[in-house]
Amino acid sequence: MLTQLIISSLVIGSIYSLMALAMSITYKASEIPNFAQGEMAMISTFVTFVLLNSGGLSFYPAILITILFSFCLGLLLEFIFLRRAKDPTPLSFIVITIGFQLMLYGIAGWKWGSDQRQINLPFSESKVIFQNDSVAITELNLATLVIAVAVLFLIFLLVQKTKLGLAMKACQQNVNASRMNGIPSDKILAISFGISSVVGTIAGVLVAPIITLDPSMMWDPLLKGFAAAVLGGMKSLYGVVIGGFLLGIIENLFGFYISIEFKSVVAFAIIVLVLYFKPSGLFDKHYVRKV
Amino acid sequence: MSENILEVKNIETYYDKVRALHGVSFEIQKGSITTILGNNGAGKTTVLNTVLGLLDDQPDKGTILFNGKRIDGKDTEKIVGMGIGYVPEGREVFDELTVKENLQVGAFLRKDSKGVKSDMEKMYEYFPVLRDRANQQAGTLSGGEQQMLAISRALMNRPKLLLMDEPSLGLSPALVKMIFEIIPTIRDEGITVVLVEQNANMALKVADFGYIMENGRFVTSGSSKNLREDEDVKEFYLGIKLEESVKGEQRYKRKRRWG
Repeated sequence: MLTQLIISSLVIGSIYSLMALAMSITYKASEIPNFAQGEMAMISTFVTFVLLNSGGLSFYPAILITILFSFCLGLLLEFIFLRRAKDPTPLSFIVITIGFQLMLYGIAGWKWGSDQRQINLPFSESKVIFQNDSVAITELNLATLVIAVAVLFLIFLLVQKTKLGLAMKACQQNVNASRMNGIPSDKILAISFGISSVVGTIAGVLVAPIITLDPSMMWDPLLKGFAAAVLGGMKSLYGVVIGGFLLGIIENLFGFYISIEFKSVVAFAIIVLVLYFKPSGLFDKHYVRKV
Repeated sequence: MSENILEVKNIETYYDKVRALHGVSFEIQKGSITTILGNNGAGKTTVLNTVLGLLDDQPDKGTILFNGKRIDGKDTEKIVGMGIGYVPEGREVFDELTVKENLQVGAFLRKDSKGVKSDMEKMYEYFPVLRDRANQQAGTLSGGEQQMLAISRALMNRPKLLLMDEPSLGLSPALVKMIFEIIPTIRDEGITVVLVEQNANMALKVADFGYIMENGRFVTSGSSKNLREDEDVKEFYLGIKLEESVKGEQRYKRKRRWG
């Protein structure tokens, strides 16, 4: 039983990790927790849905178009809304992202209503690919985990090994010094929002078959992702990913052994506890400048 | 006839509604080392920041020509791309990146990875300590090492003009000497150097020309040899007392001829 629990924890944890990573990318780049992250993912997931159902596309072209769309949506948020802010403070940025969130939520509600829909991925929930006495792994479980881990890995490669990643890290630490070295910091920030939006969208598409597709589908994953990011340390990319998996495990074990009713409270209890005892998160090794 | 690599004409820079530069003009000769001296708050750093386009919508008035092309109002990235390097006051290295990554950031605009590699070797030869610390986070370096890193980082882009803002700030005399020894080497590579300093003594020793700033204006200029012999400069910047006064404060009463 425990093995089964761990497996389902890892599956949901991979979704949390993706959401947490998405939030962390933009938070690191701009110190803005992007509360529109979930709704951006939701809208993009609806785009996949429309392309699959009304557009008649097959899955892979549809997902490619969705990724492109969500990347542009991220650019749009930075370029049209955040960059225009006059004399911005962190609070005004947060309010802008909440405004953007409500806007997207409104648009989705108007266009698709609050019906719960089913999205058809090429991975089936009923097809079991591994089974013995205590454990069963479905195709959807495996695909979710594999895709999530692959995306996490790609993001790490991007950040650690490419020039773009280096520029992102430089801008995160010191915007002025980055500009002095010829890095177009505005563009890098916009690209960060684009990448983070894509990561969130992949979480959205993967989570859609588990929960159902409707405008408020991403509320829970977003809050859990946020909790995971806080747990791991908002500014450590490794930290938030571990935080995501950890949260999945803690939540499921709590739900099974202690109380299923209070399962979803665990994430928020974790936010409170982490902020209380170690506000920088478990894995944040932020360099502190000596005064 | 020597050409000017940088011509600044009558620039005015505002911080909000406060005017920090009141019509500053100067020229930098190609291949020279020019120093800009002045006290705290004179506007030296503001001049450099304005040239580099780091202040939004500034300069308010005036023009800046780099190699004959206007750069005022352009984005910093573009200006850096045209060939101006900047060593900022207080180093501003990327604390959480390694020394090597810092140098790679400096080479962000360059496409030739071979050239970048050989330039990195050159930096390690200028400052051997950086090679030893190549994989260490820059935030763990000492102030002097960070200064060396900031200079190397700016050189990685192969600038034609290097602006240095108080490279001696907060360093021990031995390190200051070392930093100042590298400046002529940089010039010999064909890079024009503008050196903003409070350490007038060291700066005038190494520079060919000097400008002196006070309260957002350039008050005097000349070859550094002439400046070193100027009585006001001697007294107010080099700390050589000319007259023995009975009361200490009398020193301040003497009128400067400029100003």
